[in-house]
Amino acid sequence: MMVVDVIFYAFAAVTTLAAIGVVSSRNQVHSVLFLILTFFSTAALFVLLEAEFLAALLVMVYMGAVAVLFLFVVMMLDMDVSDLKAQAINHLPLGLAVGAVILLELVVVLSHSHAHVAAASTVPNTLAIGRTLYTQYLYPFELASLILLVALIGAVVLTLRERKKVMRRQVISQQIARTRSEAVELVQRKPGEGA
Amino acid sequence: MAVQLPEMNLVLLSPEILLSLVAMGLLLMSAWSGKESRGLIGTMALSGIVLAAVVLAGLSSATPSATMGGHFIDDRLARAMKWLLLIATALPLLMSREYLNQHGLDSGEYYVLTITSLIGAMAMVSAGSFLLLYLGLELMSLSIYVLAAYQRDQLQSTEAGLKYFILGSLASGILLYGTSLVYGATGTTLFTAVANAIKTAEHVSPVLVLGAVLVIIGISFKVAAAPFHMWAPDVYEGAPTSVTAFIAVMPKVAAFTAFFRVLLEAFSALHVHWAPMLQLLAVLTLAVGSLGAIAQSNIKRLLAYSSIGHVGFLLIGLTTGSQLGHQSVVFYLANYIFMSVGAFCLVLVLNRQGIGDQISDYAGLAKKRPLLAFLMSMFMFSMAGIPPLAGFIAKLYVLMAAVKAGLLTLAVISVIFAAIGAFYYLRIVKIIYFDVAEQPFDMEVSLSHQIVLAISALIVLVVGIFPGKLLDWSLASVQSLL
Repeated sequence: MMVVDVIFYAFAAVTTLAAIGVVSSRNQVHSVLFLILTFFSTAALFVLLEAEFLAALLVMVYMGAVAVLFLFVVMMLDMDVSDLKAQAINHLPLGLAVGAVILLELVVVLSHSHAHVAAASTVPNTLAIGRTLYTQYLYPFELASLILLVALIGAVVLTLRERKKVMRRQVISQQIARTRSEAVELVQRKPGEGA
Repeated sequence: MAVQLPEMNLVLLSPEILLSLVAMGLLLMSAWSGKESRGLIGTMALSGIVLAAVVLAGLSSATPSATMGGHFIDDRLARAMKWLLLIATALPLLMSREYLNQHGLDSGEYYVLTITSLIGAMAMVSAGSFLLLYLGLELMSLSIYVLAAYQRDQLQSTEAGLKYFILGSLASGILLYGTSLVYGATGTTLFTAVANAIKTAEHVSPVLVLGAVLVIIGISFKVAAAPFHMWAPDVYEGAPTSVTAFIAVMPKVAAFTAFFRVLLEAFSALHVHWAPMLQLLAVLTLAVGSLGAIAQSNIKRLLAYSSIGHVGFLLIGLTTGSQLGHQSVVFYLANYIFMSVGAFCLVLVLNRQGIGDQISDYAGLAKKRPLLAFLMSMFMFSMAGIPPLAGFIAKLYVLMAAVKAGLLTLAVISVIFAAIGAFYYLRIVKIIYFDVAEQPFDMEVSLSHQIVLAISALIVLVVGIFPGKLLDWSLASVQSLL
């Protein structure tokens, strides 16, 4: 067995085990960490396939941005795991069906093509993609950037609220300047009426 | 290895580039300047559009050419449709400034999003590939989703935006899936290359036909053709009225041009496959448009169904596959812009603190404001297709094209539905002239409203009597097709 094969199987095993870890761990923070491990070992597999651009993308976008965002969300939201687990059983048939379809597709694809597809040229694929993207597809690329800008504007327009005079810090001068009449109110209540 | 740049004629893109710069400039301006400069931003947005029109007019005469790696097409159709798009953006913007002011919506982003949706639409009408078609559509739609939800403290507006967004995303997904199937079958996304691949192929593959069907469905969603119209009445009703006026006209122009490009440039060899489908869509759309409007009490919902009815007629012009049919579509679109803008402008004029959304609010308008009542009736008559107004000539040409193409049944059905549709247009006229006035109708008609109303009314009247010039222009714009 070649060294490359050993590395491949090592990373493949890590990917699979980490993926199992994502769905099986009890602590959601551990799940996200397992997800990051899955991304990382998948990136390593891409490097072995000479697809270094995809590998870099996976590390930068998915691990650097998406997974970290997940981590923040998971840490901020207090979710009840047992509740989610109970619901998961209901979705089991659908999950199994989707899994079966994917398995079937994999079997069909693997049984038909055995050819090892070599990298198309000696040009590194980051360079190749860059050359195509910034020449042939320059116009779509620029338009896509405009779409992202609109998405950004839209998100801000629909959610940002200008809060006037809301200060979340202590203003000592205001505290000292408060008088008794402003701060305390005496209320006469009859016994038993309360409130 | 030297990088091979494709031929890039940026001059042809100058209107789009200019508008992008205007949008970004306005964005910076609205971020850094205070509330007092909001009026200025609106004025600058409008001048930006006028400037883009000047630049568009300054381009040398259009010889059909492709640039930017074939993704950008410049021809008479693209130029003509860009003119219509600029008008269909400028007029709603001009007439909605007071409305925006009254409802506290006149922040700079409103104008920025309007201009970005215009850029998306302009990219769509000169798209040379499915990739560009999708990107343009997405840029246009994404801006409009936000505009529909712009009145975010109103439940209806938020609902409209969300509904439009979800159904629009579904449509985009369908369009994209269709595109991927077409790409799978032909190995390219460029319209001309797809057309060549279909011509040289020995037989038409079912994958390609399925892809074409999905692409057509995706665009049908955007023009609100039945049975993909469900979003339209709710979105028209819920969105701020200024936005409704905008989405009633601008996306229709862009989406019908997309139909031209896809059906006649990429799938022209598949005419036997898509023509029956479009005919079915046209009949369903006409039925929904005319029958659905009868029971409506809200003027915005009614105009939504009315626009669906107009889309039915436009689809008939498209199915004929003849030059006369294509000419009738462009002519119809041009007239539809002015009829629709005029009607919505009157809705905006009469809109006061919750009054003016119900049709019954217009009762007795003729006794208090005879001129406004006359204009409203004129736009309604034109939409119903009554001579001597522009709407009549538009419908006439579509019918002529249908009869010449041998689609007699379709022509008869469309006439029947047009007659049913005339009922609800005439009902509005009846309410305006013969019902007892309940509202004071003491509003002032501002200068910008006067301008928009005068332009719309003049075009509807003059084109109705002397349609020759506009017909010639429409014919010239579709001559590069086929």
